[in-house]
Amino acid sequence: MHELSLCEDLLEQVLNIAKKNHAEYVESITLNIGPLAGIEPLLLENAFSILKVSTLAENAELIIESSPVIIVCNDCNQQSTVSVNYLICNLCQSNNSQLISGNELILANLALYTAS
Amino acid sequence: MCNTCGCNVTPGNQPFINAEKPQKGLTTISVLQNLLTHNNNQADHNRAHFDTEKVLVINLMSAPGSGKTSLLEATIKSLKASLNIAVIEGDLETENDALRIKAQGVPAYQITTGTACHLDAHLIHNVLHHISLKGLDLLFIENVGNLVCPASFDLGHHLNVVLLSVTEGDDKPSKYPVMFKAADLVLITKSDLLPYLDDFSVDKAKENIHNLANKAPILTFNTKNIATIDTWGSWLMAEIKHHQARLLNHQTLKPKIQTEGITIHTQTSKKLHPVLKPKQ
Repeated sequence: MHELSLCEDLLEQVLNIAKKNHAEYVESITLNIGPLAGIEPLLLENAFSILKVSTLAENAELIIESSPVIIVCNDCNQQSTVSVNYLICNLCQSNNSQLISGNELILANLALYTAS
Repeated sequence: MCNTCGCNVTPGNQPFINAEKPQKGLTTISVLQNLLTHNNNQADHNRAHFDTEKVLVINLMSAPGSGKTSLLEATIKSLKASLNIAVIEGDLETENDALRIKAQGVPAYQITTGTACHLDAHLIHNVLHHISLKGLDLLFIENVGNLVCPASFDLGHHLNVVLLSVTEGDDKPSKYPVMFKAADLVLITKSDLLPYLDDFSVDKAKENIHNLANKAPILTFNTKNIATIDTWGSWLMAEIKHHQARLLNHQTLKPKIQTEGITIHTQTSKKLHPVLKPKQ
């Protein structure tokens, strides 16, 4: 449900950048959304298909990429790829870890069509 | 980059983020902005107001029916002689919760969100025109009962408190990792019902939170047990004291939001930020 309000924010950012660059239309929008961002990509796509109508992004392709959940252990320095609800070091089983990948919520890039 | 714009690009996830993708005949622009920039800017603005009035703001989150309003009633009863408290209530419909809080003799403001499943920084900002922060020590924001959406939104508050009632099951933290990883304190509520439940283990619940690499304190709580109310009250008093000390240092605290900027091996002070001046 919060994907809709997130999408409003996203579209506003996209259209501002498109306008600033004098784009005729937006060709594609690339996002990076990690599994721990709390955002469901499918719901975001649905929201986007509703909100994009009659904007410069009407025909834009929404590309949603993801990153793995990676932690680095503060005790032994080991880097581990883990699941979303088990952020425990693979090597020493410590929970004193720092998330370094997996919670991204980023507008990564835009492809804009400009006439000139 | 990540420290200034809050986009949370780190050395760890940088290789996975496709910032540049050259395409023929098109201009490709690398943006790297957080998708919630609009909300986060508003949250910073709200926090500037709270910090000017030196009030600690706590976001209470849980599933519906975990006892957030009962927790507040018991807290106010126990602390209103020593602290000035106010409450912002978020619900889809009805003013029932605000009425329950007002009956305790403290100011309360109800936000009815209609169908929206969470509070955001803009909704909180609207309330600031209706509630006076002058002289307050502690402001609670009781979020909409929901273990998913509220976790992603900074409201301008300082700390997240997440409730887990014993009737919900001890595996809730594993099912909703985004919420429970963001908690600065977890309260296991309705603990008076534990003797009647054979499938909730407090130790198991603690282990599931531990597995999220969250080192937040975990307290058990029930409104009939004065000792549990006092332990929670002491935590609140200590946090208010810490916050006052931070403000004297011109620092404030941002809540743990899963999507906020993190860098590799950051210090424990990573959530500290300079106090901003409210824009008029």
